[in-house]
Amino acid sequence: MTTADDQSVGMDYLESFPRKFFRVYLPLGLIIFFLLFPFYWMAVATFKPDAEMYDYEKYNPFWIVHPTLEHIKKLFFDTDYPLWMWNTVIVSVSSTFISLFASVCAAYAIERLRYKGSRYVGLAIFLGYLVPPSILFIPLAAIVFQLGLFDGNLALILTYPTFLIPFCTWLLMGYFRTIPYELEECALIDGATRLQILMKITLPLSLPGVISAGIFAFTLSWNEFIYALTFISSSENKTIPVGAITELVNGDVYHWGALMAAALTGSVPVVILYSFFVEYYVSAMTGAVKE
Amino acid sequence: MAVMAESAVAQVKRSSLWTRAFESRNFLGAMFMVPAIAILILFLAYPLALGFWLGMTDTKIGGAGRYIGFQNFVSLSKDSVFWLSVFNTIFYTVAASAVKFAIGLYLALLLNERLPFKSMVRAIVLLPFVVPTVLSAIAFWWIYDSQFSIISWVLIKAGLITRYIDFLGDPWNARWSVVAANIWRGVPFVAITLLAGLQTISPSLYEAANLDGATNLQRFRHITLPMLSPIIAVVMTFSVLMTFTDFQLIYTITRGGPINSTHLMATLSFQRAITGGNLGEGAAISNAMIPFLVAAILLSFFGLQRSRWQQGGRD
Repeated sequence: MTTADDQSVGMDYLESFPRKFFRVYLPLGLIIFFLLFPFYWMAVATFKPDAEMYDYEKYNPFWIVHPTLEHIKKLFFDTDYPLWMWNTVIVSVSSTFISLFASVCAAYAIERLRYKGSRYVGLAIFLGYLVPPSILFIPLAAIVFQLGLFDGNLALILTYPTFLIPFCTWLLMGYFRTIPYELEECALIDGATRLQILMKITLPLSLPGVISAGIFAFTLSWNEFIYALTFISSSENKTIPVGAITELVNGDVYHWGALMAAALTGSVPVVILYSFFVEYYVSAMTGAVKE
Repeated sequence: MAVMAESAVAQVKRSSLWTRAFESRNFLGAMFMVPAIAILILFLAYPLALGFWLGMTDTKIGGAGRYIGFQNFVSLSKDSVFWLSVFNTIFYTVAASAVKFAIGLYLALLLNERLPFKSMVRAIVLLPFVVPTVLSAIAFWWIYDSQFSIISWVLIKAGLITRYIDFLGDPWNARWSVVAANIWRGVPFVAITLLAGLQTISPSLYEAANLDGATNLQRFRHITLPMLSPIIAVVMTFSVLMTFTDFQLIYTITRGGPINSTHLMATLSFQRAITGGNLGEGAAISNAMIPFLVAAILLSFFGLQRSRWQQGGRD
């Protein structure tokens, strides 16, 4: 990738620095400022004592004079936040693994077993990817209620795969397609079963694809909101996004400090994971669009 | 003895049937598909069909409904709040998508330049897309606060305005505010996916154009845009779909207010179905979104076909 970049701007060195500054660095800086400012603002509000937060005359709002952990302490000890965090982790991890398992099997069958009608099934799964949760949540709520799953982690663990499986399957199909057929044929001649081929040849070779799909699926389920809002009613079963919005606002009293602390600490785990796997994340995001 | 021998024979026969089945692609394929298909049928296809049915009933939460035909749609067509939500959804989608495309393409072109710390810059740019939307929307809620908005404070200090702006109290202010938050969240997705498309364009095309004396604008118009158009079609379809069905930003920042002026069809259906308990009416509102979604998908599908054909690919 880097070599292609170097070539693509072959005559770049002819440009003087001031010119490039106004053409590239300045607009880029402005856009990045716009993109990052809300995070800065979140962090400032998290560590700012109430006295400074609501007094813009005496204190400059952009800076913290006496940083405090009061809001975070309130969030962790006076609310169900630790439970929300725990639920979010459980739900995201389980639904990601369920989806990965189902998607690996499905993608392998569609792409490599080529059973009768596999192309149509592949297309149908892609269409499933285009069905947005906001038109599914009402009937799903009725189903979840009928199955007795209402207000429990299982309701989310079983429904999140509806948007994860189509995405993961589609992505993995692309990765499996790049593995040469000859490898599988050799293994078949040597007497390997299909399951052995999948476990020992196809999966190891497409590990980057599996990691990409997993990382992306995990962040998608961590961010999910509308199902969690609809299917969960008691505070101790909520996930972070739902808990923050519904439990930290008492009527007209907004606990801005605690809200911001929840927003910040709820984002940090995904951001850390993302920072370790940026390349995988990007390839998942662009791969799903490119196919 | 004889019985045992018989059962042993039967076992051999059965196992050979098993092994034969496991060599058949169709049988094996079906087995491999079971987990995915089971989940997708139970929690995707079935609810989709159930949604159509619910939209034609007067189901309430906690009670069975009866079939009432198109009555939900008839009453919705006389409901000014519903039509307001349709208007809001279209305005929100068109305004946000247009700006997201413009800024996203510009940002992609900027990121395609030779830059120091390029991969780090790209990782930072994507952050708004990675962070849970609801949590970043909380930050926007605080930025738009009527008393403590930092935007108002800065503008007052700069002497541009004299009173704090009521971002979320006035209908049009609120609409533009949520559009801005949506743009903030969507630009990284558009920019990074278009950047991936830009990186596949062969540099030799630009070199040839340079030798022929093409200007920057000409190179953009006659190389970048045509080469990028297939991926633009897909990215913008996804972006439009996500914007049109958006729920999280509105629910967090305005809950549809003030006086329903930011209600989207998704938030209105949630309000009617879950908060208000009229599952049938809510499902009818969701169903009303489907024609728009199908139109968006078809548009991009045919757009894609055309551009692929233009580049000499198969139809």
